[in-house]
Amino acid sequence: HLATSLPLPSERDHLRPRIDMVVFMIDIKSKYSLKNVETSLAHVDASFFLGKVCFLVTGVGRVNACSIETNAICKLADTYCSPLLFCELELEGIRAATAQRLLRMLKICAGHIPGVSALSFVLLMRSSNDD
Amino acid sequence: MDETVAEYIRRTVLKIPRDEIKMMLQKWGFLSEAQLQTLNFHQIKDNISQDVVQLCEENSAGIKQAAALDITYNHIYQNKRMWSVYRMKKSGEEVEYFDIADFKKKFKQILQSALKNVTITFKEYEDNAIWIRVAWGTPYKKPNQYKPSYVVYHSQTPYVFISASVLKSNLPLLCQALIVASNYHDIREMELRSHSLNSLKDIVFKRYSQNFETYTPKPLQRENVEPENADIMIIHENRSEKERIHRLNQEFFGTGPQPKLEFAQYRLETMFKSDPKMNVLDKKEPFRCLVKFSSPHLLESLKSLAPAGVADAPLSPLLTCIPHKARNFFKIREKKCLLSESFVSP
Repeated sequence: HLATSLPLPSERDHLRPRIDMVVFMIDIKSKYSLKNVETSLAHVDASFFLGKVCFLVTGVGRVNACSIETNAICKLADTYCSPLLFCELELEGIRAATAQRLLRMLKICAGHIPGVSALSFVLLMRSSNDD
Repeated sequence: MDETVAEYIRRTVLKIPRDEIKMMLQKWGFLSEAQLQTLNFHQIKDNISQDVVQLCEENSAGIKQAAALDITYNHIYQNKRMWSVYRMKKSGEEVEYFDIADFKKKFKQILQSALKNVTITFKEYEDNAIWIRVAWGTPYKKPNQYKPSYVVYHSQTPYVFISASVLKSNLPLLCQALIVASNYHDIREMELRSHSLNSLKDIVFKRYSQNFETYTPKPLQRENVEPENADIMIIHENRSEKERIHRLNQEFFGTGPQPKLEFAQYRLETMFKSDPKMNVLDKKEPFRCLVKFSSPHLLESLKSLAPAGVADAPLSPLLTCIPHKARNFFKIREKKCLLSESFVSP
């Protein structure tokens, strides 16, 4: 399901299946994008942040068009204890690789991989810089 | 052949990109096909221009022919110049028969009696456009061929498109000559300027696709909102919002391509409104501010703002009224009433 912001329109509530993972896409070229994500985060139930939320930053290929500092996004990801991925949608190779990563994470979040839970996986995803 | 004419022709040929020189000379029509065959268009431009001047020498070219070459060049590269639009007013309702010979004669008379030294060249094109090139001099100096003014007049309309040269002092005289020659009694500059002459014509002649109020709004919606969503695994949650934006866009911009403008300029003469306690210019004097939107294609980019999620739909009427009001320069003043909102001056 693709949406431009949260909360999701309520008229389709009855048609929606269970949500296993939420990926917030931030376009590094647009400050509005970051603000939008920050306001949408308030509408997500706390239980999602145990491994079912991921931040995806797009547009990182164009270095001179960046409007948001990576520090701000890293802080956001840390605050919400969720992994942060960077990608460039305009390059087909990176696009495909990112899609595969997200798909694998989704399989774990949906419980399709026996022995690995979303929470245990997100702990593995933490970088060595974190405390 | 006059030295200055030779130099002018040489410089004009140098302006033309090498691949286009042959076509341009053919359009000019002064050199015969046989003469054109003798030219080698694969050498460097310097040499090509020298050869062209040589041939013009043989044909005894004068300033008239050189001016004709300049008009040809500017007709093809019209988008390099900045054009302003002027509108003429008639005193009565009589529809007079337009006589082109009479127009040319009167136009020349006025300019030549005022300045003596002017070069005036006319050329008519198929779309009823009359192109006039004027090179300005003074009673004591020969005309400066390198800074001519261009006028494009469609005789069936009250509109004139002028690309003035840097010498703005000749503009009143030019306007005077135009009104008298075309039997109008007044001319006024419109607040509309652009590089694209065709787009200016589209706007004032209302040739772009405008959206007219039709009676059947809803059923036409479904057709082409999401053509690329062939993958049924992707569900768009905000479909109704997208459709609303698409519909509003169609209402304001129509379905066809937009006329090409490069900028819109808004001069604000409004009061700065702030908390009176902050004592910052609050309602004391107008806050002078100039807002300018520029783009290679302004109207298309405005049209794509809402679908791209960068702006809310509907857009401000100050932006969407540009083609309808045929202006891209605006002055915004305070509305003199209790609500104190701003409005657009005529």
